[in-house]
Amino acid sequence: MCLAIPMKLIARQGSSGVVELEGVRRSISLALMPEARTGDHLLIHAGYAIGAVDEKEAAETIRLLQEMAEAEQRDGPPGPEPQDGGGRARRPPERNQA
Amino acid sequence: MTKDHLFQDARIVRILIERLQAAALRLPRRITLMEVCGTHTHAIGAAGLRRLLPEEIRLVSGPGCPVCVTPVGYLDHAEALAADPDTVLCTFGDLYRVPSSRSSLEAAAAAGARVRIVYAADDALEFAREHPGLRVVFLAIGFETTAPTIAAALAKAEDAGIPNFQILPGNKRVAPALAALATDPAARLDGFLLPGHVSVITGSRCYAFLSEQHRLPAVVAGFTAADILRAVLALVEMVAAGRPALLNLYGRVVTEQGNRIAQELIERFFEPADAVWRGLGNIPGSGLALRAPWTGRNAAASPVELPPPSEPPGCRCGEVLAGRMDPPECPLFARACTPDSPVGACMVSSEGSCAAWYRHERRAR
Repeated sequence: MCLAIPMKLIARQGSSGVVELEGVRRSISLALMPEARTGDHLLIHAGYAIGAVDEKEAAETIRLLQEMAEAEQRDGPPGPEPQDGGGRARRPPERNQA
Repeated sequence: MTKDHLFQDARIVRILIERLQAAALRLPRRITLMEVCGTHTHAIGAAGLRRLLPEEIRLVSGPGCPVCVTPVGYLDHAEALAADPDTVLCTFGDLYRVPSSRSSLEAAAAAGARVRIVYAADDALEFAREHPGLRVVFLAIGFETTAPTIAAALAKAEDAGIPNFQILPGNKRVAPALAALATDPAARLDGFLLPGHVSVITGSRCYAFLSEQHRLPAVVAGFTAADILRAVLALVEMVAAGRPALLNLYGRVVTEQGNRIAQELIERFFEPADAVWRGLGNIPGSGLALRAPWTGRNAAASPVELPPPSEPPGCRCGEVLAGRMDPPECPLFARACTPDSPVGACMVSSEGSCAAWYRHERRAR
């Protein structure tokens, strides 16, 4: 029930706005986010914008994840990838490889 | 691969699982971590995270599904209101099929009661505006994420002069429930994954008491596989080091102080009150009651006769919600109780623990 979807504010008039995600548009209330600006990514729950995505924080988290992936690519994974071509995206986790 | 996909990337998931395995070796014993958000329950099931975790880490779902924790007496009350032919109930869809003591809203509607499923409190308000001769009662359930949207609808009803819009108060506050769980000797929890979207409203700071008073680590977490695993890893590291703290790993939408405007709107219409949670019983200050000036908006203001509340026989939702039991341990699970024919609330809502286990983890076991 606490599902909230980030959508981009593309227009606003008074306390209502129009948000968009992948071509889907919705009218929402900005009563809880009166300072929102066109272009902001807002968190939408039950017809209301309840929060905004902090782009700097989002970029920081993405940078952390990217670094994690790159470090592994550079150093290689701790074990061999399965070569069976069976389409398995992940290896089963193994223990005691730390 | 776009950047957003990193949050669900199989490689990132594997790296985090490997780090978790290493961290788990430093744990003094098997530990239990609890998430308290239906969206986490669903996301953990859908990504299959539980069976990737090292066996030292038990991840349980707590009372994070608002529909599931709503006590049966609330539904009985809603049904009693719907017996009046000039009353229309408006409800979130999740509540529609939850069994009451004698029936359900769905069965009541089939028998002629007027029940409408709405997406938001505003939809109920709009219906009230269009039907001034009817009493429209919105079933106000949900945590702090939802409460401000209901307060905002009440504010609109006041501003626009729509007298026939009422609510049946049933909203709940997460922090007092966490306090109750933190001191529950039967739950034996070692840390909390805090609900991301509740925290958008409340802010993260209000959970500091978990580490400061109860020595339990707590991490505000987002909803992707990477978000959840990073939070679990942080919890495991804090338990292993014996240094509990409050961390916010969902900083892209959660701030320390939360959404002040939403908090003020809740404050204008509601005040904390004792409330009964299915499975946890009465928790002081965990409910939201309408303040005295708004008694006219309270559909529960005039007394109605209710049957003694009775839970479905054999249903163990209460123990599941308190983290004392995993869904498959209930004798009804996947036998008498399935999503098509649910016995208990936790199987009805897609965010309920039982529904999530049925859907995602049954075949894996």
